[in-house]
Order: sequence, then structure tokens, then C-alpha cells
Amino acid sequence: MADYSSLDIRQRSASTETPPEIRRQVEVAKLIDVSKCIGCKACQSACEEWNDLRDDIGVNTGTYQNPHDLTPKSWTLMRFTEYENPETNNLEWLIRKDGCMHCTEPGCLKACPSPGAIVQYSNGIVDFIEENCIGCGYCVKGCPFNIPRISQTDHKAYKCTLCSDRVAVGQAPACAKACPTGSIMFGTKQAMIEQAETRVEDLKSRGFAHAGLYDPAGVGGTHVMYVLHHADQPSLYAGLPNDPKISPLVAFWKGGAKVFGLAAMGFAAVAGFFHYVTAGPNEVVPEEEEEAVEYDEAKRRETGDEARPH
Amino acid sequence: MTNLWMDIKHADVITVMGGNAAEAHPCGFKWVVEAKAHNNAKLIVVDPRFTRTASVADLYCPIRQGTDIAFLSGVAKYLLDNDKLQHRYVSAYTNAGYVVREGYDFQDGLFTGYDADKRDYDKTTWDYEIGPDGYAVVDETMQHPRCVMQLLKKHVSIYTPEMVEKICGSPKETFLKVCELMATTAAPERTMASLYALGWTHHSKGSQNIRSMCVVQTLLGNIGMLGGGMQALRGHSNIQGLTDIGLMSNLIPGYLNIPVEKEPDYASYIAKRQFKPLRPGQTSYWQNYNKFFVSFQKAMWGDKATKENDWAYDYLPKLDVPTYDVLRGFELAKQGKMTGYVIQGFNPLMSFPNRAKMTEAFSKMKFIVVMDPLKTETARFWENHGEYNDVDPTKIQTEVFELPTTLFVEEEGSLSNSSRWLQWHWQAQDAPGECRSDIEIMSEIFLRIRNAYKKDGGAFPDAIVNLKWDYAIAESPTPTELARELNGYTVAPTPDLNGTIIPAGKQVDGFAQLKDDGTTACGCWIYSGCYTEKGNTMARRDNTDPGDRGIAPNWAFAWPANRRVLYNRASCDPEGRPWSEKKKLIEWNGKQWIGFDVPDYGVTVAPDKGVGPFILNQEGVARLWTRGLMRDGPFPTHYEPFESPVANLAFPRIKGAPASRIFKDDLADLGDAKDFPYAATSYRLTEHFHGWTKHARINAILQPEAFVEISEELAKEKGIAKGSWVRVWSKRGSLKAKALVTKRIKPLICDGKPVHVVGIPQHWGFMGLTKKGWHPNSLTPVVGDANTETPEFKAWLVNIEPTTPPSDAVA
Repeated sequence: MADYSSLDIRQRSASTETPPEIRRQVEVAKLIDVSKCIGCKACQSACEEWNDLRDDIGVNTGTYQNPHDLTPKSWTLMRFTEYENPETNNLEWLIRKDGCMHCTEPGCLKACPSPGAIVQYSNGIVDFIEENCIGCGYCVKGCPFNIPRISQTDHKAYKCTLCSDRVAVGQAPACAKACPTGSIMFGTKQAMIEQAETRVEDLKSRGFAHAGLYDPAGVGGTHVMYVLHHADQPSLYAGLPNDPKISPLVAFWKGGAKVFGLAAMGFAAVAGFFHYVTAGPNEVVPEEEEEAVEYDEAKRRETGDEARPH
Repeated sequence: MTNLWMDIKHADVITVMGGNAAEAHPCGFKWVVEAKAHNNAKLIVVDPRFTRTASVADLYCPIRQGTDIAFLSGVAKYLLDNDKLQHRYVSAYTNAGYVVREGYDFQDGLFTGYDADKRDYDKTTWDYEIGPDGYAVVDETMQHPRCVMQLLKKHVSIYTPEMVEKICGSPKETFLKVCELMATTAAPERTMASLYALGWTHHSKGSQNIRSMCVVQTLLGNIGMLGGGMQALRGHSNIQGLTDIGLMSNLIPGYLNIPVEKEPDYASYIAKRQFKPLRPGQTSYWQNYNKFFVSFQKAMWGDKATKENDWAYDYLPKLDVPTYDVLRGFELAKQGKMTGYVIQGFNPLMSFPNRAKMTEAFSKMKFIVVMDPLKTETARFWENHGEYNDVDPTKIQTEVFELPTTLFVEEEGSLSNSSRWLQWHWQAQDAPGECRSDIEIMSEIFLRIRNAYKKDGGAFPDAIVNLKWDYAIAESPTPTELARELNGYTVAPTPDLNGTIIPAGKQVDGFAQLKDDGTTACGCWIYSGCYTEKGNTMARRDNTDPGDRGIAPNWAFAWPANRRVLYNRASCDPEGRPWSEKKKLIEWNGKQWIGFDVPDYGVTVAPDKGVGPFILNQEGVARLWTRGLMRDGPFPTHYEPFESPVANLAFPRIKGAPASRIFKDDLADLGDAKDFPYAATSYRLTEHFHGWTKHARINAILQPEAFVEISEELAKEKGIAKGSWVRVWSKRGSLKAKALVTKRIKPLICDGKPVHVVGIPQHWGFMGLTKKGWHPNSLTPVVGDANTETPEFKAWLVNIEPTTPPSDAVA
């Protein structure tokens, strides 16, 4: 069980203890330069190899995108978008490697009710600890990027680990290692930001006036960042959120309600335990779910964020 | 490649045309990305489809498949009209000033000497005028009306931007942008790299497609330059090795020729090949042909190849036709004249055109032997797989032997890559089951055949029973033994270039030490240097790269002579100074040539001797005009594909390519635009490697099912929905696949009319882990390039309609 026995854990879901402070790792980041990506899927292949996952052999649905979506066994996916740029009349084939963004303020972790099922290391990586996962799906709701997937086989949530096991021993993530064009880079977050600056400058010199770095402030920045030709319109890239934020529901649950929540927690834990042993894993009542979604969507409309991928 | 993969990072402009490097060569493509990121290079992509390469290009220009020569001749015209030439390069290093003999002409799309019945040319008039001194006549002013420069100007004059747009469907403005960008590399310090692959070779005029870019690159002075060159991106890890080692019906290793019937003895054979210089003092390196040939014969037959028996010349087969290429082979099989076939590491049922003809040919054979690590469709051509292989096994009597072989990871040896590097690799794991290496299988077959000849005799057993076979274990020669043989060795004591005697039985240092007196043996002269007395140079792994030139001279071994950039003498001006310090490869230091690369030139030959930089050519210079060396013309000319949606606008009377061979039945099997209105093309995808990786789970996940790509416009016209099933058919066959409707394919407007492109990727079959599907070669025509017989896989005609799924398919 992941607890604070690791000196590298900075945050832990549904936990109130103070994390250890004596060790701080430098923050890391993966920089995906979309302008260098050729959509070869070497990253998808490397991800399946390193994590020893084999998804189903599917069918073609009229697109290069395979598998068709992220799944419990496909933690990264090239998403292909054909975009006719009205300014230049040029066709652009925007290919974005989708996967966990490893937010500084992870919506999944904040939403997760199961202690220690989601942790964030001090290097910024957000990891799912499946043995603590109760399969409730709150992480899915909490994620502004629509990343976690619940397995129908074991009812646990899965997503990209940023190869936390490789990073822990000084290796780059498998996808970065496999990328043939150097589109996926890995290093300290600071170095990646500096690298991005040179790339943005190059793109601007090639006519992409709005080139920029995607490191959205709404989630406190991310540890997977993109260089985009059109940083002013992230949603062009298969619905990358323009301004991702943690769902207000989650923010409420972890924010204003926290004082009350803390008091209630002791009771909740006991009640939850009895509920679990008598009724099995927690499930969201459909009405509650609907309500939450409605509230979420209303808030989203307010903030003008219509680009959430589905 | 004239240059090498790493060299691409030095290019200022990179043109990918006739290929899709990001898709088919993603690892090598990193050097294009590198050039863009760190050399501010601009990437041009010219392709019928907006490809993965186009997705990272600075400039994409559409083109109708099969019209590259019109496009590039248009570029050449632009360069000539706008005076965008590397002038000193063109005048000193090309045959632009050479005068062509009287009688040559070009009328209505045909060169002089055409014989319509033979579909061939009498090429006599295509040669240079020879002066009283016995050398080619040269007009250095390039004003002579019959000099190559003037003939070239006239030849490309019809390819105006308007004509290019009409023929190619490339918008005039975009075409001119391509011209302008390419033209910037006429400056001596700027270079363009041309990256191409099967998008140029898979045409009935494939060689001339490449030639037309050679003309452009030569006018721009980009050959022999760092970041320049003609970069042939090879499709398999060792396909470079295949041609190097002479796995063609008309070649022996090192691009030497199999004799033809008209050359009954060695004297008549060698007389035609020891090319004498066409200009005073030129190197004309093929004058050494005899040394390479005799050394090859010694490697083959050892003591049995003697001066007295013309170095066993009689042991070599003599061709009665130009080539026994695969198209001819399966035509013969269909006629019942070729009755057996040994298939080593390929899958002809899928890889060759017109599946129906292939199935018929295989069904008529007595036996086939399939050596492969995988279960290929070819080995199961007789097996019924429903719609996907609808044959009746009871009607097929062909005996099939499947011999499982090792994969490259299960054996050691060398692979020759596009950079001409011979890279040694080591065995990583043991092969499963009863797999054996190709070497062992071939050895065992040979030894059994030899025993049969020894025992029973035969019409002419000499070549077989006398073959030199002195490997430590006859049944299993090691890759090292074979590599040492390819490198060459002394058979008897022989002097080296300095007169020092090399004792017998020593590995030679390189091909310069080879002799025509029988004192040396060498399996493949261009590979000489790969395994010397110092050891296995192919196994070197020192990536030190002085000057950051991308040369890394101690990484593996590059043929010839460890030279990384061919024609690198042309990277210097005639005085021996680099055209650009930044792009310096070699230079003359007053005494000799020094630099980062092995000079492609006599090391101590001073610049003022006037020796040309293209030392293999009799002229010593690059050929804008190829004399009679190409079967289909001394200049590239626009011809339509044999199946084309439009008539030849430049030469309306010409159908197809006039000098390309086509067999009678195959001619009758051509469709026309009335019944088959759409321009089809076939290609590869990144997710798969040919027919192999459909057997690998992860690749099958990444691209599980066959599809065809069509434009939104065609989809609308035909009522085809994204992801629905379509039927695509040609005169020769039919297939079903999923429809991928895309903005990346747009109708091309050719001569005012829209041409719809149908793109068919080629990775699926009826074996493997992916969903079953069809290969585009169910549909392709049987006609090849006039010079190489490489089939026209990239341009033919189809029709398309919505259809129902195959019976076993998931809807």
C-alpha cells in the first residue's frame, strides 16, 4: 500500500496527514512538440511494450486513430485532426499524443475518495495505486482531460504513469525513448519550458504567429506539456481543453467544504467501512451523477470551456 | 543514397517527392526534423496525398501520381529561364557543353531511333560527337545548338507552369513556390537534399523520374555536397545489400553484369565494359572492370578459374533476354515454362502485380519452396480463405515446401542500409523450433545438388561441381567466412600499389589492390574493405564525428572505400577550395586532398590536372544527358502511366511509356478511364512493415484493418460514409475495405477536369493477426519500368462503390 512511507509522495488522495518534507525532487516534465510529431505511434507501441499491456485488435472506423480511444490497456493515443486553416487556406494534419497530463493540481486526486489510490510524487508525477482503487470512477469525473479509464475486468482505474518506475531510476518515459523524431522530450520542467521557448520561436518564424506552450494554469500547470502551432486554440487538437479547470464539484468538495468535511470524515470513514463490507464498492446513485454532470456542464458553459473531449 | 542519413541535417531545403519518409522511414526522418530545428531548413512535400510527411512540411504541393517528370522538367525550365544555376558547377562538372552528334532529334514524344514493334530504340544518335582526337567534342560556351545545355533548354521548354498545372494538377502558384524555394539552393553555400523512395521507382518510367530530379540537382550544384544529394530511401533494412550483391537476373555482385548471349567469350564481354575516357586525362574508373571481374571469378571458382579458361567465363549463364525479372518469370510460369520457384524471404503472391495472374502462375508450377520465418500468403496460395483467397485446393497440384528460417535477430551478419553502411549485428536470441538460417538451407541444397551432379553427371556440371566451397563446415558457412570472401584476399603473392608484396592468403585492404591476373579473389569489389587484416570494419561502433559533419568515419563500414558522401570532390570548386567553408567535406592542401571524408578522387591528383569529379563516368562529369545508357531516352520525358485518367497532354499520340515492355495478355488486361475513372495508388503505413508486422500483436492493434482513402468529394459523389465498406475494382480484380474519407486527398484539377485519387495501403492479407483483407496488388497492372522492370504499383485505374462487408467481417 502506498502511504507516506515513500519520502517522495507530496499528495495522497483522501488523506489528511502531513506529507514528509525532508526530501524534494526536482519537478520533471514531458514536452510533446506537436509540430515535430509525425503520428507514427511508436509512443503507443513503446507504452504497450514497457507496461506489458496488449489491447484488443480492433477494426478500422475510417480513421488512422487506433485504438479508437484511451482504454484501461491503452494509456496513450495519437489523436488525428484534419484542420483547414481559414487564415492560410492550408490543410493541417494536427496529431496530438493524448494521455495523462500529470497536473500540478490533479483533479483526479482531489476527487478520489479512496485513501492512497492516487498519489502525486514530489517530482510532479501523478500515479494511480491500483491496489487502493475502489473503482468508483470519481477520478474520471475529476479529470478535466478525460483521461482515466475504468477496467471492466477488475474495476480499477488506469492511466499513464509517466513511467514513474523508469523515472525513479533516472530513465525517460518509454514513449520519449521510442519517439524517432524527438517530438517527445523529457527532463526537468524548467528545461522543458526553455526547450519549448526555442521551438515556439522557430514556429513563429515559419508563420505560426500563435505558436506557444500549453501548460494550463487552471490546473496549476502540468507535467506533460505541448508545443502547439495554435496555442490560442488548443481545442483544435482533438478537443484539448482551452482552459482546463478542476470540476467545480470537486473544488467544492475539497475546498469550501473541507472544514466541514474534515469533521465529517471520521464519521464517513466508519460509515463507509460498514457500507463497503455490507454493500460492496461505492457506487454513485444515478440521480446524483446526473445532478453532478448538469452542474458541471453549467459551470463549464459559464467559463466558456466547450472543448472537453468525449 | 549519394550521401547518408545523418547528412540530411545539413540541408537547407529538403524535398520529399516520390516517397513519404515520415511514414515509411520514421527513424531516418529524424534527420529532417533535425535540419528543420537546427539548420532552419525548409521542407517541401510533393505528393498526391497530404501525408504524414506533409503534416510537418513548410510547403505541400499536390501532384497527380505518374506526372513527376512533367513537374520536375518544369522546375528545370524555371531554373534555366530564371538563371538559377550554380554556374561554375554546371560548366565545370556537368556535360552541359558536350556536343551531341548530328541526327539526334525528339519529335512528338519520341527520340530518334524508335521501333514501335520492338518497343525499343536504336540509340546510335544519342551519343556525343567525337572529335578527331578521339574524344567527345565540348563547347565550353554552351552555345552550340547541339550541345546538351541547348538541347535541354529545348527539351524542357514545353513544361511551362501552366502546362505543369494541366498535367500534374499542381496549382501554378504552389508549383512556383516550390521552384523558388528549390532555386535558393543554386547558391554555392546552400544545398537541397532530395529524398525519394518507391513513389518514384514504382512507375513504368521510374528510373527517369529519378533522372529528372538528378537534372535539377545537377543544375543547382547539389550533388557531392554536404546536405545535398539524391537520397534513395531503401524499403527494407538490407535492400541496398540486395542490389549491391547482385540479386538481379542481370547482375553479379558489385553492379557487374551477367554476360549476354552475344558475348560468347571473355574478350567480347570485357571489351564492352572497360570504358575508356571520353575526355583527356579522365579517370573513368570502370577501366578496372577486369580486375573486379577476374577477382569475382576467383572467389567463385578458385583454382578452377584460370587465365587459360578465361577465368571460368563459360561457367556464367548467358542471358538470352535483357532480364529474367519477376514480371517475365511469372509470365513464363503462367505459360507453363517456369515450373519451379524458390522464394527466399519474400511474399510474391502479395508483392507482385495482378494477384489473379500470380495465383494462376503458382497453380501451374510443379513446386515452390518458401523460405521464410513467417507463414506467408504465398505458401498458402492454394488454401481457401473465403472471399479473401477464393481458390479450390482440389484443383491445385503444386507441391509446396515451407522451410522456416531464422529472423535477423536470430543470426549474426551484416545489413547494408540506405547510407551504404555495412553494419554488423549480433545474434540476440535463438530461433524457435526447427528454423534454420538461410545460409544453412542454401548450403544443404547446394551440397545435395552438387552430389547429384557428381554422381549422375549432366549436360554441364562444371560450374556446380567446381564451385569453391572450402568453408570449415560445408553445411554451415559462417557469416564471418562469407564476409571475408566478399572483402577479398590474395590468392598468390601480389604487389600492392606501392610495390610491396602482399603474401598469399591475406585479406586485401580495399578494391585498389585487386588484380586481373588471378592473384586476388573478391566476392564483391565494392564491399572490399569490410573485413581486412585489421578485422571486421562493419562491427566498428565509434561514433566520433570530427567537425560535426555527420560522417563518423569509424562507425561501421561504408562502400565504396568507407566513403560517406559520393562525388565529394564536387563539394570543392575547380581550384580545390570548398564551395562553402560551412559545408566543407574535403579540400586540396597544396599536396593532397584532406578533410572529413575519404576523397572520391585521386588523393594526390592536383586540381589543375582537370580531372573531373565524377570519376566513374567516362566523361568525368555528371550527365544531364545520359547518351544511350537508359533504354527510354537521353532526357526524361513526360509519359502517362499505362492506365491513366487523362491522355498525354504533351504528346497526345503516346500511350504509356513507349519503351516499357508489356506482355500481350497484360496489355489486354489494361482498363481505361471510361470504366475505371479513378486514379489509384498503393503505399505503406508507419504502423506496419510490409507483410511482416501483421503477424505482430502490437502492430496489429495499431492498424488492425485494411482501408482505402478517398476524398470527401468522391465519398459524397458515390454515397460512401466514413468507416463503411467499399468495393474497389480494376480490370484485373476486386477488393473490399473500409472507407477512410479524408480532407488529405483532394480532387486534382487536370486540364480543367477533376481527377479523384483512391489510395490503397498495402499491409493486409489472409494470414496474420490483423483482420483479414486484400492487398492492392489484387488490382495492379503487370508492366514495369523500361530500365529495371520495377512494376507500376503507384499509378493505375479503379472504380469504387459502397458494398456489403465480407461474410466474416465485423460490420
